[in-house]
Amino acid sequence: MGPLWLLALIAGLSFFGFVLGRWKSVVLSGKGRGTLAARPGYYGAYVLIWTAMPALVILVALSIAKPFLIEHTVRANLPAQVLANSAQLSLEVSGVEQVAAGLKLVTPEELENIRIGVVSARSVFAQHGLPLGGDVKPYQLIAAGALNLVSDGLDTAVDAAVVAALAFGLIFAFVRVKPRLRARNLVENTVLVLLIAASSVAILTTIGIVLSLLFQALQFFSMVSPASFYFGTVWDPRFAAAGSTESGQFGFLPLFWGTLYISFFAMVVAVPVGLFSAIYMAEYATSKVRSVAKPLIEILAGIPTIVYGFFALTTVGPLIRDYIAMPLGLGTSGNNVLTAGLVMGIMIIPYVSSLSDDIITAVPRSMRDGSLALGATRSETMRLVTLPAALPGVVGAILLAVSRAIGETMIVVLAAGVAARASLNPFAEMTTITVKIVNQLTGDLEFTSPQTLVAFALGITLFVITLGLNVLALTIVRKYREQYE
Amino acid sequence: MTEAASSPPASRIGGTDVRKISKIDIGLKRRYAAERRFRTYGLLAVTIAICFLVALFGSIVSRGYTAFQQTRISMIVDFDPSIIAPNGDRSAAAVMSGNAFRFDDLIAASLQKTLEIDPNDEDALYDGLDLLSKGSAPMLRSMIAADPSLIGTKRSVDFYATGDVDAFIKGSIRADIPESQRLIKDKHIVLIEKLEKEGALRLAFNTGLFTNGASTRPEMAGVGVALVGSLYMMLVVLVLSLPLGVAGSIYLEEFAPKNRWTDLIEVNINNLAAVPSIVYGLLGLAVFINFAHLPRSASLVGGLVLTLTTLPTIIIATRAALKAVPPSIREAGLGVGASKMQTVFHHVLPLAMPGVLTGTIIGLAHALGETAPLLMIGMKAFVVEYPTTPFDPATALPTQIYMWATEPERAFTERTSAAIIVLLAFLLAMNSLAIILRRAFERRW
Repeated sequence: MGPLWLLALIAGLSFFGFVLGRWKSVVLSGKGRGTLAARPGYYGAYVLIWTAMPALVILVALSIAKPFLIEHTVRANLPAQVLANSAQLSLEVSGVEQVAAGLKLVTPEELENIRIGVVSARSVFAQHGLPLGGDVKPYQLIAAGALNLVSDGLDTAVDAAVVAALAFGLIFAFVRVKPRLRARNLVENTVLVLLIAASSVAILTTIGIVLSLLFQALQFFSMVSPASFYFGTVWDPRFAAAGSTESGQFGFLPLFWGTLYISFFAMVVAVPVGLFSAIYMAEYATSKVRSVAKPLIEILAGIPTIVYGFFALTTVGPLIRDYIAMPLGLGTSGNNVLTAGLVMGIMIIPYVSSLSDDIITAVPRSMRDGSLALGATRSETMRLVTLPAALPGVVGAILLAVSRAIGETMIVVLAAGVAARASLNPFAEMTTITVKIVNQLTGDLEFTSPQTLVAFALGITLFVITLGLNVLALTIVRKYREQYE
Repeated sequence: MTEAASSPPASRIGGTDVRKISKIDIGLKRRYAAERRFRTYGLLAVTIAICFLVALFGSIVSRGYTAFQQTRISMIVDFDPSIIAPNGDRSAAAVMSGNAFRFDDLIAASLQKTLEIDPNDEDALYDGLDLLSKGSAPMLRSMIAADPSLIGTKRSVDFYATGDVDAFIKGSIRADIPESQRLIKDKHIVLIEKLEKEGALRLAFNTGLFTNGASTRPEMAGVGVALVGSLYMMLVVLVLSLPLGVAGSIYLEEFAPKNRWTDLIEVNINNLAAVPSIVYGLLGLAVFINFAHLPRSASLVGGLVLTLTTLPTIIIATRAALKAVPPSIREAGLGVGASKMQTVFHHVLPLAMPGVLTGTIIGLAHALGETAPLLMIGMKAFVVEYPTTPFDPATALPTQIYMWATEPERAFTERTSAAIIVLLAFLLAMNSLAIILRRAFERRW
């Protein structure tokens, strides 16, 4: 049975268990064996939980364990000289998996023919619609046979274990249904555990991000030293061919410079426009203007970044190239730092403005009123009283915006270019950390070459940078909020 | 103010003489000017932001609206059995196999008839074939395979014109530039005018844009397959992130004791909301594809990754909605003997549901436009077939936009803009739904 059938079986039996448990509690209390300690539905839910939970746990646990067991089997059946070549090992394993898939397609006679060598396995598989990259080697056939044996055995074991768990849970819980059973407390405790588990998904995600990135990044750093990565000034990863051991130069600095330079232009656009619109909204705008302008600006935040990227690529880039860069003789490419920065700035305006708006309006009214009562104009009040009071919060908002600019991907992928260089010319093509992550992971995906793994090193660096900025920003904003609460 | 402005600056403030005070210049003119300037800056900033919005929409709509219409050339095709089924076998399999050029012959024959070309004039025939999409013959073949009873009949078939002809009809390739720089030559223009006069060539609503899959020929490319992929992903996101998000927020908001662990979760969720989406893509690649061996390019994996990206949004929205339910509701529930769990699930959660749904829809809208993590897990494939299950290879609307955006042809630019319009229309619909829901069910306590 496939996992979907097992899930359907679990769902069906659990529902049956619910009906059964509820029915038993009603019948027992009707026969005068005591009043129920909980409403009948809870007895049903009690049986349901006992039926479904153990079976689900077993199913999930065995499904997770299966790939490991299979890989172990394959390794155990590969000859020593293949095992010795560790660089090719994952290729070998996936090769055997393909052969195993092919073996499942062939008929017994064909299998016999392959075994005695009348026909080649490759041609037989091809007849069944499974083209292989190369000829099947004898040891692959042996390992694939073992794999299929173990895999089929495991499938049967999973089926048996799940069915046994279902039967056990259903019967056990059904027997225990008695009027005096405190079914509600038991059910509610289970629900509470589920709630806690759900809230831990956030933690699990973070752990998952850190571990998965770290694991692959460490593999990268075993091939390329961290010092030459973080302090290298040349980015030239060469070809990412499968199994290639030739390694290029992975200098992080030009990417980091491109990222910072583009983010700088983004902030040059976003901070003044965002901050001044927040001030205008908070201080001057009539409620009518506010009710129209504020949602309009917030639309900017809801537009997917790919749309901004396309806008930069087709509209802003050519405009800047034709009317500024070419006449000044500074560049000939529509992909440049200024385009990416400008469009990214537009995207960030609403983040700066809505956060600043919140922070400015959070400054106690008494401070403003005091300043106005002393005769200061509204702009003086804003410049000399409200803004200084709101400054930490505004800085926090800007830091959050910077972190968003650094992690932004689609705009720079489409508008910034791919050439990794560090220059001061804003009309030059430059590239960012995120662009290189995308570049290095598209195309041939082999998780053994530094050309691919570098994406994870870049990823964890990016994660650490943005995490640092976020933590800093959130702490500042929080501190600031507490100050006025 | 005018008095103060006209008087010379005074060096001291004070004194009892009223006349003297009125003569003191406290810089009001300068200060009011500064006030006006400051106000203008603010207004300017708002105007600039709105101008950017208008420019963005204007640029996309002006490029894309033409793609909703497409040039078709309808011709009478004689489904000649001696050409289609030379050995008499009319089954779909026989139609799909065999000499593929026989369908080109069918098209050539009907083109000769429609344009009244001399059957011996090969050059004129090739000029005419230049106008038709190169996908016409495969289209005709699958049309016959789907309905073999067509064989032996004569019927009018709508063919796609090539992207260049389409651009010419829509005016983006102009006839007044020198012929050598034009993709449509003078001989083609003569044929196009002839077809137009006969009513064979016309602009029609572009249904293919919504039903076709990926294609290297712009006139045959559509977002249909990508839409289905996106739909599957949204389903996965909804099914996973709504229960997970709601359950997690209920615990954090209603049950969690205030301690280090819950503080950690709290900080964590706020941080996760600000982690760059591409990092989620790397997580998906490392965990779901490399570790769990889930199929690449499948909408299930895309949905899983997007679930993780939207979960923080949904949790934050749900917690706000739960917080907005007044404590009196909980106290009343507990007061009449309900357990804490019953109070929350029977009273607090239903009252918070409008807020939860609004937050979920906004989270889904974000997920729909997310591109970078999908590139990481390989949802950038060239997918022609509709995915039937979430395990099949699929693309999503934003990744389809990304792939088209990097194509140089003018016809693809037009289609990219059209796809963006479709995407924005979906986002607009979802956000409007969220606003309507909020308006309809919001309760002020």
